Amino acid sequence: MASREPLTRQDVTDVAELALLNLSDDDLDRYTGQLDAVFDLASKLDQFDVSEVPPTSHPFGLVNVFRADSPPSSVGIDGTDDNVRQEALASGPDVEDNQFKVPPALGESP
Amino acid sequence: MSDAQMPTAAEIAADVRTGATTAIDVVERHLALIASSDTEIHAFHTVAEEAARSAAAGVDEAVAAGRDPGPLAGVPVAIKDNMCTRGIPTTCSSKILENWVPPYDATVVTRLREAGAIVIGKTNLDEFAMGSSTENSAFGPTRNPVDPTRVPGGSSGGSAAAVAAGFAPLSLGSDTGGSIRQPAALCGVVGMKPTYGSVSRYGLVAFASSLDQIGPFSTSVAESALAFDVLAGPDGRDSTSIPQPHQPVLPVLGEGVEGLRIGIINELSGRAGGDIAEGFESEVVAQAEAAADALTAAGAKVDEVSIPSAVAGLSAYYMIAPAEASSNLARYDGVRYGLRHDGPNTASMMAASRTAGFGDEVKRRIMVGTYALSAGYYDAFYGKAQRIRTLMITEFDKVYEDFDLLLSPTSPCVAFPFGAKADPITMYYNDVCTIPSNLTGHPAISVPFGTGEAGLPVGVQILGPMLAEGAIYRAAEVLEQAAAKLAGASANEGGQ
Repeated sequence: MASREPLTRQDVTDVAELALLNLSDDDLDRYTGQLDAVFDLASKLDQFDVSEVPPTSHPFGLVNVFRADSPPSSVGIDGTDDNVRQEALASGPDVEDNQFKVPPALGESP
Repeated sequence: MSDAQMPTAAEIAADVRTGATTAIDVVERHLALIASSDTEIHAFHTVAEEAARSAAAGVDEAVAAGRDPGPLAGVPVAIKDNMCTRGIPTTCSSKILENWVPPYDATVVTRLREAGAIVIGKTNLDEFAMGSSTENSAFGPTRNPVDPTRVPGGSSGGSAAAVAAGFAPLSLGSDTGGSIRQPAALCGVVGMKPTYGSVSRYGLVAFASSLDQIGPFSTSVAESALAFDVLAGPDGRDSTSIPQPHQPVLPVLGEGVEGLRIGIINELSGRAGGDIAEGFESEVVAQAEAAADALTAAGAKVDEVSIPSAVAGLSAYYMIAPAEASSNLARYDGVRYGLRHDGPNTASMMAASRTAGFGDEVKRRIMVGTYALSAGYYDAFYGKAQRIRTLMITEFDKVYEDFDLLLSPTSPCVAFPFGAKADPITMYYNDVCTIPSNLTGHPAISVPFGTGEAGLPVGVQILGPMLAEGAIYRAAEVLEQAAAKLAGASANEGGQ
C-alpha cells in the first residue's frame, strides 16, 4: 500500500453509485480529496506486519447464540398480530393494502 | 447553569421512595430548567413533557400504594436520540429519520422505566453518532454548558450537556469510538463505556455493530455506578449480550485502589520522549500525570507501560467503523420508514432519498466503508484493520497480566470553538485515546480531573480488561475525591 494510487473522481463516482448516493460535480471534487485523506490515514497500518495475525470481527469471538424456537411478538408490542402490523406500517412513506409500496423495480413508472 | 443546586439521582430516588418528595415535583423542576435554559444549549431534540408527567404520576401512585418503584424512582433521564423510545420520535439527528416514531422501546429504556426512572427527553448527537462535536447534527449543534461558545464534544454531546446543565441527573449515550467519554471530558461530567456486551443494544440504532456500546453520563461516579447496575445484564433480544448475570458494582465503591497496579499508556499519554505529542495540549497531559500521582498517593502502584499497537487504533477504526456503517446504513432506502424522495423506479427513489436524507459526514463514511469493502481493496484496508484489531487485543491482554487498570487522558484537548476542526481528519484525532477500548471491547470511563486551557474541564480515562467495571469505578471514585480536594486547595489559595 506504500505505492497506493490516490483516489480518482472516477473511483468516488463508482463507489457513490454502489452506495446509492447521487453526487454533484462539487460533491465529487470535495469528497475525492477527503476520502483519499482517510485512506492515507489507513496506510499508517503498513508499519505493522500482521500477515500472520488472524482477523477479528467481534471483540469476544462469539459464535452462535440460540434461543428457544418460540416466536415472541415481533417488535415487542403487546396485542394482536394486526395491531403489530398496523404499527409497523404506520412508519411507511407509502402504504397500500397492508403493504409497503415502491415505484417499479424494473423499467420506470409512466 | 442553574442557581439552585439540582439533587443527585440517589437523592431523588431516596426522597421519592420515602415520600419526602414526589416524582411529579422532581419532573416539573427539571422541565422548568429545560424550558428556561435549553433554548441556548440545545441539548434536546424532543422534551417529552407529557410522557414524563404521566410516568411520574405512575411512580407517585406506586409509592402511595406502598409499592417500591425501584432504585431510580422519579429520576429524570435524558436519552440520546439514537435509542428507540415507543411513541417518542427518534431521529439520530438525521433528516432521513426526522419524523420517525419507533413502535418499541430499546431494552435500556425498558430497564430504566422498570427501575422507576422517567424519560424526560431525547438528546442531540452528531448524525448517526458520527462525529466528535455535535456539529454534524442535521438540526443544529449543542452548546457546551461550561462555555456556550464551544462544542460539547460528541457524538453524545446532547446527553453530556444535559447532565452538565442540570437538565437531568443521568443520561444515556452510545460509544463507538469515544462518543460517551470524549463529550463527558469536554463537559466536565462522568461518562462510562462498559464492556462490549454488558449492556443490551436492542433498540440502539446501529452504527458499527462490533464497536457500539451504551453507557451512562452523570455528575458523580456513584450515580454512574447506580445507573450501570440498572442497565447491565443479559438480554435475549441482543445476541451479542453477555449471557452471564451482571455483577453489581455499587457494593465495591469506596474500596479504594490500595494495591492496584495501574499503567500509564505511553502511546496515549501525550508524552513523546519527554515532549508533548502533536495534537495534545500540555495542560491535558499534565492533568493526566497529576491523576497518576493522586492514584499513587491513594496506594496504587503506578508505572509507565508501552502498547505499540495503540497508535494504530485510529487508522484501524476509520476502516472498520465506516465498513460496518456502510452496511448498517443500507437499510435507509425510503421503503419501510423515514424520508422518501420520489424517483421513476425503485433504485432512483432509494438514491434520491439517501442523497437528500444523509449529511456530509455520513455520506463520507458510507463511501469510505463501501470502498474499503470492495473487491480488490478488502484485504488491503478492511482485512488489514481487522488483523490490527487482533494485535491490539493481544497486546492489551498481555499488559493486563501485569496491570489491573490503565490510564490516559480522555481527549487530547479541552472543548474547542465551533468550526475549529472543519477538516474531517483533524476531527477524527479527537478520538485517538478512546478508540482502543472500542476495538478491544474493554470498558473505560472518563472522570473530570482539573482544568486546562481557559479553565475548561479536563477528563482522565481509566481503562480496564473485560468486565473490570468494579475496579474502574473504584479508581474513578479516588480520582473524583482527589480532584475535589485539589480544586478546594486552589480555591483557597485564590481567596488568600
